[in-house]
Amino acid sequence: MSEIADKVKKIVVEHLGVEESKVTPEASFIDDLGADSLDTVELVMAFEEAFNVEIPEDAAEKIATVKDAIDYIEKQKAA
Amino acid sequence: MLQSAGANSGRRRVVVTGMGMVGPLGLGVENVWSRLISGESGIGRITHFDPSDLPAQVAGQVPEGPASDGKLTLSEWVPVKDQRKMDRFIHMGLVAATEAVEDSGWKPQTEEDKCATGVMIGSGIGGLQTIYDASITVHEGRAKRLSPFFIPSALINLVSGHVSIKYGFQGPNHSVVTACATGVHAIGDAARLIMFGDADVMVAGGAEATVCPLGIAGFCSARALSTGFNDTPDKASRPWDKDRDGFVMGEGAGVVVLEEYEHAKARGAKIYAEIVGYGMSGDAYHITAPAEGHYGAFRAMRSALKSAGITPADVNYVNAHGTSTMADDLELEAVERLFGADANKLAMSSTKSATGHLLGAAGAVEAIFCMLAIRDNVAPPTLNLDNPSRESVIDRVAHTAQQRQINVALSNSFGFGGTNASLVVRGV
Repeated sequence: MSEIADKVKKIVVEHLGVEESKVTPEASFIDDLGADSLDTVELVMAFEEAFNVEIPEDAAEKIATVKDAIDYIEKQKAA
Repeated sequence: MLQSAGANSGRRRVVVTGMGMVGPLGLGVENVWSRLISGESGIGRITHFDPSDLPAQVAGQVPEGPASDGKLTLSEWVPVKDQRKMDRFIHMGLVAATEAVEDSGWKPQTEEDKCATGVMIGSGIGGLQTIYDASITVHEGRAKRLSPFFIPSALINLVSGHVSIKYGFQGPNHSVVTACATGVHAIGDAARLIMFGDADVMVAGGAEATVCPLGIAGFCSARALSTGFNDTPDKASRPWDKDRDGFVMGEGAGVVVLEEYEHAKARGAKIYAEIVGYGMSGDAYHITAPAEGHYGAFRAMRSALKSAGITPADVNYVNAHGTSTMADDLELEAVERLFGADANKLAMSSTKSATGHLLGAAGAVEAIFCMLAIRDNVAPPTLNLDNPSRESVIDRVAHTAQQRQINVALSNSFGFGGTNASLVVRGV
């Protein structure tokens, strides 16, 4: 797993208080990891802070799974 | 059902079937009560932050540690991932509410029962530390980084919100904000919701957690806190004593489960006491100081006795507001005036001498002390009352608890803004 993926996973574990094993790439923040809409807002903020990227509202709305988050951040970092 | 004032018959009776408490004397009603009546103090040097640059450096803080020692381990009560979504005052409220609800044994299963169960837990100030932290984030130009949980973490009515969510209580969800009178107002108002049929069960009380730099500095600035006992913290809260020099801040929460009498009886619930009287008044005088003679306190107490349909001679114990400030003697004067020739039979103490002043939680915690005083026929002591600044025929239970016959107790709470509330409880 990439460094970015590791870091994303760690942030998700910390913020949602879930078992690390549950944070699979396909896991949905809301459906599988027990997040509510405010949790997802906070998660996106935590990603922005940790990776020093801007995630605009419309992009944030499309980040539903762990993989969505990793892909978006990797794309931003590669650009 | 509307009743003429003072009428006691025909209205729905309200009893207390559950109690919960966390505060400077520790976790749990029975633990706190036994420490209180054995004369222990919960006041110490402030450890939540370094108070060195503030004039007041002592407070009543909730002791942390294992529940078996009567101390608080927060993660046993509020899941770690949820803790940062709530200010500490909400943590306190949740701990006390959980104890109270479990103690009551009330677990509504049907939609109807859930809708007949409400919550009214208030706070004097709310999420002060949370607001402080968020202000810094904005001040640093990081407004976009403000947590989405900032507002719900700071809002006073969110204790009631969280308790309702935790237990599925879908009845009236309400909150009280009347500074240091909050706890009494919450219990009194919630009892009236039951009397009027808005609910059959109400979880009611107060929560506070302002032992933080902004809270201490703010009350210091208002010249309200004790500053002369920083090296002897357990001597700092000394209601009616001539050397008192201000109140000592405390943190925590007190919550009771109020229930309509027949409802409680039908399910075989244990009953601690009945809420028989409630009175309120406003000073209309000054934002922080009571007027000479404390006629506001007098009227609140008189009105509480009237609504209970009893006379001063029926009251055996008064839990005073008694904050360890100059106002102590004004309250004493008001009680003497109300009780007249019966004052010499009365016991009145200030448990703030042991707990400090829990602001919005004080009234709820002290109402619980009144119910335990009735249950055990014990008047809890006023610590540090070495030399009263004013003599009185009223026994202020100096230093040690007293075994006395207590059938009826009255609790006083007065708040900034000139708001006064008194509650009368009786054994059932």
